Formats: sequence, structure tokens, C-alpha cells
Amino acid sequence: MSFLVNLALGLLFGVGLVISGMSNPAKVLNFLDLFGTWDPSLAFVMGGAVLVAFIGFKVVLKRPAPIAADLFQLPTRNDIDSPLVIGPAIFGIGWGLGGFCPGPALTALPLAATGTLAFVPAMLLGMWGARMIGQSRAARTST
Amino acid sequence: MTEFTPLASTIGGMMIGLSAVLLMLWEGRIAGISGIASRILPPYPDGMPTSRLGFVIGLIAAPLAYILFSGNTVEQTVSSSLPLMVTAGLLVGFGSVWGNGCTSGHGVCGLSRLSKRSFVATAIFMAAAIVTVFITRHIIGA
Repeated sequence: MSFLVNLALGLLFGVGLVISGMSNPAKVLNFLDLFGTWDPSLAFVMGGAVLVAFIGFKVVLKRPAPIAADLFQLPTRNDIDSPLVIGPAIFGIGWGLGGFCPGPALTALPLAATGTLAFVPAMLLGMWGARMIGQSRAARTST
Repeated sequence: MTEFTPLASTIGGMMIGLSAVLLMLWEGRIAGISGIASRILPPYPDGMPTSRLGFVIGLIAAPLAYILFSGNTVEQTVSSSLPLMVTAGLLVGFGSVWGNGCTSGHGVCGLSRLSKRSFVATAIFMAAAIVTVFITRHIIGA
């Protein structure tokens, strides 16, 4: 059941990316190109998404618990540590080079552009590497 | 050039926001794609990531469903060279997991929750991406 609900929500998210134009890296790169062929569309995507999520989260979080789990798992940290600066800086450079962030890259996969087929395995490898290094660091500091 | 699409982009964005709200309602989790995607890779300390796998399959199937039902095509221009795309992929994958979130987790969900960490992360990746595009298009590419 949870698989099917998640499948439907992934579809909704992905169709949102397609309709908004964000599955096309050219559109994303043009948003980032403030001093060239600027296309402000991405700001409207973020605006629409944040508006719905801002109101929706307020409504949903009034419930004592989610439907299919015992509790809401919300990040509670409030500190600014070095991974929170270094991680987004590295991510942002990659985003500016390729025009893909993780969601649109996955959604663009079946459109099968050669660049996408090269990007996605590299992205998964990078994710796996960050997880492995993070885990081994966590293990070292806890012992 | 790409065409400025304020209406379609707002509607698509609202669908993304709705998906994040419904995932919170269903499982109480943040819809962060870097977190979801990185956890479908082994090892699996919390057991098989069945629900996350469902979300990723939905994301990947989305353009096919869209093309099938709307009859429209999906524009796709990947202009960067292959070595550049591999480098970009490695950086995006590593950086998004290292920083605990990407455009969805920190951007959409974090900003909606008024999270201080997500405001910092979003400002940094936006700035880094804008500077990168400025350098590649207007300094190196000029």
C-alpha cells in the first residue's frame, strides 16, 4: 500500500516537474543565467510549491500523527555546521554545470538524452559516496 | 533561449508542493529527493526502502504518463558535454547528500517550514549555481 501511495506521489511530483518545465536543464540554466538569457520561470515553480507546502504543512501538522506512520519525522536541528555550507556549495556548482538537481534528473531519465544518461549514474555514485564517508566519520566520532 | 512560462510553472510548482504535503500526511516525512534517492542505494540499515523505491519509480515514470495522457512532447535540451555532465552528476549527488538536502528538501520543504538551516542551504546552492553559470557562460564561454 505504501509502495502504491509513494508511486502516485512520485508521479504527481514528476508531472509537476514536467509541466513546470524543470525537467529541461536548459530552462534551469537560463534561470541561473541572471546576466544572459534569463528565464524567471523557476522562481514561479518555487513560489507555487512553497505556497502550497506552507499552507499544507500547517494543516497536516495539526494532526497528532501521519496516516501510515506513528509520528512526524521533522528535522529539529537549528545549528549551522560545516556540511550545511560545504554540501550546498558543491551541489550548487554541479547544478550550475549540468542544469540538473536530483528530482529533475530522475524525471528526465526516460527522455534518454545522452547527457542525462551520463549524469544520473554519476549522481547516484556521488550520493553513495557521501553516505559512506558520512557514516564512517560518524562511526569514528562515536567510538 | 527558453520561453518564460509563469502559469505552467506555477501550476507545476503547486503539484510539487501538493506531493510534498501528501507525503507528510501519509508517512510524516519530508519529500527530499536527494534523501529518497540516496536511500534506495545499499546498504539498507532500516530494511528494504519499498516506499522510497515507489516514489522514485513514480518520478521516472512521470514524463511517460504525461506524454501518454496529454499527447504533448516534453522539451529536453542537454547542452553540456558528457565529461561535464558526469562531473556535474558527481558534484550534485555528493553535495546534496553531504548538505542533507537539495532543491526539494531544503528548497521547497525547508523554506515552507521556515527552517533556518534550509534558508542557509538554499541561499548557498542558489548563489553557487548562479556564479558557476556566470563563469561558464560569460567568462569562459564569452
